[in-house]
Amino acid sequence: MSEADRVAVLGVRHHGPGSARSVVAELDRLQPRAVLIEGPADADPLLALAAAPGMAPPVALLAYAPDAPRLSAFWPYAVFSPEWQALAWAAGHGVPVRFCDLPAASTLAMREAGDDDDGRGEVDDEQAPELRWAGRRPFSLDPIAEMAAAAGYDDPARWWDDVVESRLDGASPFPVISEAMGELRAAEQRLAEQAGTQAGTETLREQRREAHMRQVLRATLRDAGGVVAVVCGAWHAPALTGPLPPAGRDAAVLRGMPRRKAALAWVPWTHSRLSTASGYGAGIASPGWYHHLFTTPDHTVIRWMTRVGGVLRGHDLPVSSAHVIEAVRLAEALATLRGRPLAGLAEVSEATKAVMCDGDEVAAAFVHRDLVVGELLGGVPDDAPPVPLDADLRARARSLKLKIDPVEKSLALDLRKDTDRGRSAFLHQLACLRIDWGTVTDDLVKGTGTFRETWSLRWRPELAVDIIDAAVWGTTVMTAASARIADAAANATELAAVSAIVERVLLADLPGALGPVLRALDARAAADSDVADLMTATPALVRAIRYGTVRGTDTGALAAVVHALAARVCAGLPGAVGGLADDAALALRSALDGMHAALALFNPGGTNGVSPLSPPRHRGEGPPVTPLPRQNVRQRWLAVLASVASRRDVHGLIAGRVTRLLADAGALAWPEAATRLRAALSAGVPAAGKAAWAEGFLSGGGLLLVHDRDLLTTLDAWVASLGEEEFLDVAPLLRRVFGEFSAPERASIGTAVRQLPGGHEVGAAPDGVAAGDLDHDRAAAALATVELILGGAR
Amino acid sequence: MSAGAASVSVMPAPSSNDEALLRPHAEQVYADELAALARADDRPRPPSWRMSPQAVVTYLLGGVAGDAIVITPKYVGPRRLIEVAVATLATDRALLLLGVPGTAKTWVSEHLAAAICGDSTLLVQGTSGTAEEAIRYGWNYARLLAEGPSRAALVPSPVMTAMVTGQIARVEELTRIPSDVQDALITILSEKSLPVPELGTEAQAVKGFSVIATANDRDRGVNDLSSALRRRFNTVVLPLPASEDEEVDIVARRVAQLGRALELPEVPSALEEIRRVVTVFRELRSGVTADQRTKLKSPTGTMSPAEAISVVTSGIALAAHFGDGVLRAADVAAGIVGAVVKDPVTDGQVWAEYLEAVVRERPGWGDFYRACREVTGA
Repeated sequence: MSEADRVAVLGVRHHGPGSARSVVAELDRLQPRAVLIEGPADADPLLALAAAPGMAPPVALLAYAPDAPRLSAFWPYAVFSPEWQALAWAAGHGVPVRFCDLPAASTLAMREAGDDDDGRGEVDDEQAPELRWAGRRPFSLDPIAEMAAAAGYDDPARWWDDVVESRLDGASPFPVISEAMGELRAAEQRLAEQAGTQAGTETLREQRREAHMRQVLRATLRDAGGVVAVVCGAWHAPALTGPLPPAGRDAAVLRGMPRRKAALAWVPWTHSRLSTASGYGAGIASPGWYHHLFTTPDHTVIRWMTRVGGVLRGHDLPVSSAHVIEAVRLAEALATLRGRPLAGLAEVSEATKAVMCDGDEVAAAFVHRDLVVGELLGGVPDDAPPVPLDADLRARARSLKLKIDPVEKSLALDLRKDTDRGRSAFLHQLACLRIDWGTVTDDLVKGTGTFRETWSLRWRPELAVDIIDAAVWGTTVMTAASARIADAAANATELAAVSAIVERVLLADLPGALGPVLRALDARAAADSDVADLMTATPALVRAIRYGTVRGTDTGALAAVVHALAARVCAGLPGAVGGLADDAALALRSALDGMHAALALFNPGGTNGVSPLSPPRHRGEGPPVTPLPRQNVRQRWLAVLASVASRRDVHGLIAGRVTRLLADAGALAWPEAATRLRAALSAGVPAAGKAAWAEGFLSGGGLLLVHDRDLLTTLDAWVASLGEEEFLDVAPLLRRVFGEFSAPERASIGTAVRQLPGGHEVGAAPDGVAAGDLDHDRAAAALATVELILGGAR
Repeated sequence: MSAGAASVSVMPAPSSNDEALLRPHAEQVYADELAALARADDRPRPPSWRMSPQAVVTYLLGGVAGDAIVITPKYVGPRRLIEVAVATLATDRALLLLGVPGTAKTWVSEHLAAAICGDSTLLVQGTSGTAEEAIRYGWNYARLLAEGPSRAALVPSPVMTAMVTGQIARVEELTRIPSDVQDALITILSEKSLPVPELGTEAQAVKGFSVIATANDRDRGVNDLSSALRRRFNTVVLPLPASEDEEVDIVARRVAQLGRALELPEVPSALEEIRRVVTVFRELRSGVTADQRTKLKSPTGTMSPAEAISVVTSGIALAAHFGDGVLRAADVAAGIVGAVVKDPVTDGQVWAEYLEAVVRERPGWGDFYRACREVTGA
């Protein structure tokens, strides 16, 4: 038996169930002594795990560079992948099995050197036939499409399905496919020569891959007696068939190939990641259907339609057995009409849509998502070497005493304790990586300044896949989270988004990310000329400083950024408030409110914990900002507000609001505020302007009216003085203002209005309660309770 | 009396001279193609079908019969939809064609019926006034009174005729028919028989009988189908044309056919104007310009290909009779404004915005812009 006769090349379509079935049948017939599979040669030590209990496809081989985790590649396998079936067959028959493609070490090195053409490269290259179907080869020649066109098919995938995938008999298709591919390769060669295309890196890579396959084949032929079966993409089949060329030539091609350190691991995979829909360029569109084809040899269409019926019923769509019967009939009629041996995915999908979904795209999309793609999650044995990120995650979870548990449970953290703070930071880091093990159940914003945080923890198996996704960002949770969040900040387009990211950085305690994120924030703020945007961004930062102080984070750099932002806002506000329409004024007013509240909390000596005496400590990598002296921020803000309040070209809503903010802050005496209200509501102003002013002034706090007699009297006098026409104009606006107040507030205002001295007299002194009226005994009881509350929290 | 003579003259026999007809039926216009397809067809035919399902698909989508006769495409659109429709009828299921107005639902149904049974005239036009007699059967009351209930006094509906002859019955605008009348179809479609209790008999459907119904997507809910009835139909949704070239093809083809039928003088090089009309329709329909740069408001109308066809046809008539014989921007402007502005207030604003923001800026569209401004009177 010559060497060429001892080689059986099984050219397959990656992820093709028909290929998989044919491969198993052919291996059974050949009984080879060794099996070679197209896959990274340095993954050989992991091959034994493929047959280990607990290994359930879909799974993928992950190769990554330990020192640069973002450099990585995946080789996914489903149960219907011919490669997987060959692995399983070899394990079941005790036949040695090896991978024969280029080692991942070289693939990654070439990628690093930029030889590889695109970012997600390896997957694409490995799935070369599919890729060629997408027409992305350097030469426009598309081998499978050529063959399909020759057979009279418009869709190459369907041709392959008909000729190989859908066949249920056992006749071996491999020699024919190999021969056809040989013809196509020759044709492609000719075309390349005609076009004068030189062998670029792509072709060099292809040459190296095939040279490597041949080298491994030669070694295997030496070691093993008997037949050696090679399972590889159909495209490569001719390169391995027939007498092998001299080994020296292949060795020359392989010489000087770059290598780098690479690590490999089995990772769980899902059907949706096998599909093209997930952005996995060379994937298959219908893993669920292929899985069904492979696992259900009898009554394929009938069982499929029954499952479709089940899915639709699960979405509360009325589907009866009669529907299923009619759908099967239509699918088979369509197949007959199209001259296909068996109803394929196109037929069953169209029949489903026409019969069961009433032609409705939405219902058909359910079937596509739940069944055609499906959501099957693979698993790997616990003792398989994990991805470093996974290992780090589990180690940290263990050290923080967080149990990985599928049952949902609630976790209340006291952030003043070190362990709980560590847990919180860890869970926030995972959230940054979009590994949603825990979700914060209490609304954080509502509990501003709180030291409590409540999480709901539930470990779902799909998280394993999210970990793989996140693994490209780093080898530990901390570094990966830092890298990912810094990337998000650099790519964010809105200032408010960046400031929200800053908040997350502090929550997740990622000091390494703070510098880059703040730089991104500063760059964004410098480019953003919209004052409203700047003001919207500030509250999140101030909140972040407050959390930071609860958590003991150093927030000096952050405070500097707030200063810089405040300076920009102060400079830009006077220019931004003029000549606004109603909508714009409304938007600006809420931004103003947020900014004002934030600065009130940020104010040194205010309720936040930053001491006015300790100057902000700058990190070396802090953004280049020139902070105002701290004490001046608030003064400057109030001064700007005052200048706005006294202008005449400002929309009533803003002017009213600013007056109110100034009065609240004590920068404007209440009597003065009352005077301004009266002036703003006087005869010289049109009715709509008055109402807008009143809305700006009064919205958000009805109690002010109850307690400030001056104000209420002024307002009352104004309403009473309105003419009938004017009143009708103003009533809706006033109603809107008062509608914002709660019912008890409105009731109190009503009572207060009734108690007003019936005329235009301004009330007496604002301190309505004389000191002598206090009942000390009753006050003492209340004071005791307050003390108890304060003491309990201490 | 002369009245009798007059009624004879306005109701000529169906097979009279095709030349004089304003709109001949599909089986009359394409009699040659149908005959050629039937002759060349050697595949198995379902009972009562004039040709095999494959040949029906070829008739609708175009191709070659045998090796000589070219079959013109009747429907330009996804092949798989037509295949589903034909396969549905081949499995004796009823077919429901859904789509927004002007997506060739009626057109497809007429041609399917013509190809399958050579007769597209067994038609029930659905209106809110359609009565049960239109779907089941009525009576010749003179006879009924004179002779009592008898077979001779019974007036079969098109559906009943189709049942006993094994042909395709067509129901247009199914959702406009009142629900209780619609449900008369349930027995017909599930039992394939129509009881006539007055005579103590029934009409049983012969193999080959089926129903093609059309309904309008936009009016869903006018008289929505009961789920019992809906279950008897396979639904095929006819989409709006996928690409501009496809739509230009559809419009140009139909305009040429209509022009012949209406005996309009030949108008040269209309393709450029057709493309412009189609561009306007597509942009307004999708709410974004063809280069995806400018967002637009959409008018209240559907802006269907059928409307584009009528805009171009009337433009050609204008050009031929009042213009210089060449289709120019001014000739289509009036029609296009009429097609867009259905509601003078909202659509008027949409159109004005489109005109100012898109048409005015577009190179080479100056003549069209001026013509439209003239029509709007601005």
